[in-house]
Amino acid sequence: MCLDGPALSGIRGRPYNSLFMQTIFIIAILGLGFLITFQIAKASEYVAVLRGEEKARKQSNKVNAFMLLAFLVVGLIGVYYCNERLKGKILGPSASVQGVLIDRMLYITIALTGIVFLITQICLFWFSYKYQESDKRKPYYYPHNNKLEMIWTVIPAIALTVLVGFGLFYWFKITGDAPKDAMIVEVTGKQFGWEFRYPGKDGILGKKYFKYIDPAKNNPLGQIWDDPANHDDVWMEQEMHLVVNRPVKLIIGSKDVIHDVGLAHFRMKMDAVPGTPTTMWFTPRFTTKQMIKKTGNPKFVYELSCDQMCGKGHTGMRGVVVVQTQDEFDAWMMDKKPQYYVANPDKDPYAPKPDSVKTVAAIIK
Amino acid sequence: MSEEMNTPQEVVTTHEVHHDEHHVHHHKETFITKYIFSQDHKTIGKQFLITGIIWAIIGGLFSVLFRLQLGYPDQHFPILETFFGHWAKGGQIQPEFYYALITMHGTVLVFFVLTAGLSGTFANLLIPLQIGARDMAAPLLNMLSYWFFFMASVVMVSSLFISTGPAAGGWTVYPPLSALGQASEGSKLGMDLWIVSMALFVVSSLLGGLNYISTILNMRTKGMSMTRLPLTIWALFFTAILGVLSFPVLLSGLILLLFDRNLGTSFYLSDIVVNGQVLPNEGGSAILFQHLFWFLGHPEVYIIILPAMGIASEILSVNSRKPIFGYMAMVGSLFAITVLAFLVWAHHMFVTGLNPFLGSIFVLLTLLIAVPSAIKVFNWLTTLWRGNIRFFPSTLFAIGFVSLFISGGLTGIFLGNSTIDIHLHDTMFIVAHFHIVMGVAGMFGMFAGIYHWFPKMFGRYLNSTLGYIHFWVTMIGAYLIFWPMHYEGLAGMPRRYLDKSSWVSFSQFADLDRMITIVSILVFAVQLMFVFNFFYSIFKGRKVTSQNPWGSNTLEWTTPIRPGHGNWEGEIPEVHRWAYDYGKDGREFIPQVEPIGANESTH
Ligand code: HEM
Ligand SMILES: [Cu+2]
Ligand SMILES: [Cu+2]
Repeated sequence: MCLDGPALSGIRGRPYNSLFMQTIFIIAILGLGFLITFQIAKASEYVAVLRGEEKARKQSNKVNAFMLLAFLVVGLIGVYYCNERLKGKILGPSASVQGVLIDRMLYITIALTGIVFLITQICLFWFSYKYQESDKRKPYYYPHNNKLEMIWTVIPAIALTVLVGFGLFYWFKITGDAPKDAMIVEVTGKQFGWEFRYPGKDGILGKKYFKYIDPAKNNPLGQIWDDPANHDDVWMEQEMHLVVNRPVKLIIGSKDVIHDVGLAHFRMKMDAVPGTPTTMWFTPRFTTKQMIKKTGNPKFVYELSCDQMCGKGHTGMRGVVVVQTQDEFDAWMMDKKPQYYVANPDKDPYAPKPDSVKTVAAIIK
Repeated sequence: MSEEMNTPQEVVTTHEVHHDEHHVHHHKETFITKYIFSQDHKTIGKQFLITGIIWAIIGGLFSVLFRLQLGYPDQHFPILETFFGHWAKGGQIQPEFYYALITMHGTVLVFFVLTAGLSGTFANLLIPLQIGARDMAAPLLNMLSYWFFFMASVVMVSSLFISTGPAAGGWTVYPPLSALGQASEGSKLGMDLWIVSMALFVVSSLLGGLNYISTILNMRTKGMSMTRLPLTIWALFFTAILGVLSFPVLLSGLILLLFDRNLGTSFYLSDIVVNGQVLPNEGGSAILFQHLFWFLGHPEVYIIILPAMGIASEILSVNSRKPIFGYMAMVGSLFAITVLAFLVWAHHMFVTGLNPFLGSIFVLLTLLIAVPSAIKVFNWLTTLWRGNIRFFPSTLFAIGFVSLFISGGLTGIFLGNSTIDIHLHDTMFIVAHFHIVMGVAGMFGMFAGIYHWFPKMFGRYLNSTLGYIHFWVTMIGAYLIFWPMHYEGLAGMPRRYLDKSSWVSFSQFADLDRMITIVSILVFAVQLMFVFNFFYSIFKGRKVTSQNPWGSNTLEWTTPIRPGHGNWEGEIPEVHRWAYDYGKDGREFIPQVEPIGANESTH
């Protein structure tokens, strides 16, 4: 640190200094602003005492009542403006069939809570303004009204029942069993990256045991090689390929701490817990290429984000999901070598061919 | 009217002069027994408050630091390196530092400021004063409650200065991350200190809580039936019950964590290969910790908000010059919230692999808790309706509290619906939700209380011009910071990310993050101004000259302007009515000590 200090300031000498000055400057301005504010505040207290506290209080009462009303009006305009500015940035329609249901639930909730929000906030600030202190008004002694209280117990209860009804209907659809023809992919989180395993032709993921995990021996997931189901399982890192319109069931695990498979575009999320596998399934609606067209962003990719705090590399725990047509997927899968052969080259019927050795090397890296 | 009020008191004082002198002679107090190891509930309350304020400054400063990183991810701030060395290498906050900051920010604000600083302060100050008691049931334990909190603070502060840094796994400290030193610097010694500190904190909170409960149940003055208690006391009562029943569960969870960390047990650990090292542990459940944590964690959020609700109810009623609307419904909904708060914890765990059927039960119970919350809001609105409202800074903060509680409570309805929560869990939407409904609303409750009871605490007023500036900047700032944050969450932006620029899906909010950072700094500066106002006014504020400056009905305003240990000089006054006779029969207010008049109307 001491060593790179001078070197850094050599390279960035100017911005460093000017930033330092800027910081000092900002602090100085804040300090000055504070001093002035304080003087005014103090003075206004003296003036209030001189002119009669009652009178001064009534005046500030009017100001604050007006401010509350202004806050309501400006606030509501702000809510509208904020929505206009930001609604285009929230990823567009869901890219999975299940996510469509989630979005629908979301919009139902926004509509319902939006109404409540408007009514209650308007009442709050309007009442505050309208019933500000006035010498002419006698406050209304109104300690309770059972009928009213009944009404506003029952109405929210009904509204919430509706929301729960819709919500659970969708929830069971989404969390129910995956369709039988669903493709299976195993996702494993680790500090700080993602690993994927495809079950191969037999459609079965072979058994594994964490004590066999040994990347040096090409067994990053701890597969048990005695299990024949493992012989055709394909392992890869950082990129997961899926088929459009084909349900996929993810079997999720972790090697070290809790991570979370977050798929924002698909509106999907599930924790990756060491020792306790979890699952989730969904059906992608659009290929990556379609999304590039839809978004007009040539760099578009579906991203897999880790959504559970997992250590210093949490922010960078990014995976990529490629959604393809079945043909594209098959072509991509074709030249993938099962991990069994990578770990046990002597068992590989095609080994030792020079270029497959290269692929192996590439995979290891 | 005033004659009526004064007569009984005068009688009482003359009657009790002898006893009173006696009282004073017994307590020759030194500086140490008066200000440091004091058993006077009012002093202990102030100790909680001032410690809480110091913590709030520290915790707030942490948030300014990590907001700098979020708003300006590729800027260099050399001044940071000057202060923090390798934690901010090259003037940039390093990931380990960032996570340590957010973890300490969360822990400090949730537990030390909004639990100890809020209910510790107001339970101590208000319970004896408002129920008519000379002190708590067990003043010594009460004092110990503060000192355990103090020790917890010392341990937590010390963890900031060790070479591997403080805990850095988030305020929820989920294992295995928090259990394995190999997985994170912050899970080394810093995590042990975190656990020790929290254990001390739990002891503090139990000592306090049991005291509050027994004081409220046993030491009410004559005539103060439970249904005549001010809502502040009801709220503090339920808060204490929540704490007493849920903190031990956290403690047991933390002890198991301590075992896993240091004794090689496997409560939370199974099938782990960390940093290339295969660990022997098998059979543990990482999710078990989350159940234990949230069994406290959810009640904890109500431990924070109930006192704020009580304070807001009291202040809104006093300053609208009108009774609180639906007193019994308010008590009932506090009770319902308290019960339901224990039955919803798994809504924090919808996507942990929780059985979906079990999840659906928690959806039901969670949305059920919105009903009592809604009742409270409607009752506050009706309290304002046709009132005659005086906008002191306390009133404004109470109104702001209601506004924030509405906004944040409504987003809770999104999250309680597991279907939507799949998408929003662990995104910035959560951060927006709980900051509005708990963080800022809790602070608003606390500010309201401080402005309202400062005259009782110190015999002086806070400067109200500074108070108005404080309110308006904080209110506008809070919405500017947290409202747009919901959109980041709707875009799926995960929480606890320190730099989104390399992401295709989340990098579109850089401008917004910058705006939020700037506003946060301003809001923080205004809080410092409040702190200045607070300490300045203790010594130099305008003096209180009338016994009951807000025209309030509750008992604390029948004590002398600067009450000594024992609160009332003479006998403790008797209570004849509920606390909310404002605007009744053409009278502006009728204190609780006034007997029911012959011709008084009934409601
Ligand atoms: C209408 C009532 C409310 C409902 C239905 C509700 C629902 C929820 C749900 C389901 C979550 C978990 C979301 C997730 O992590 O995916 C959550 C998070 C949270 N809520 Fe609420 N909430 C409500 C009111 C409150 C109140 C009153 C407070 C505090 C005073 C609060 C504080 C919090 C906190 C602190 C978290 C986040 C904890 C964390 O993960 O760090 N909520 N809320
Ligand atoms: Cu992570
Ligand atoms: Cu909760």
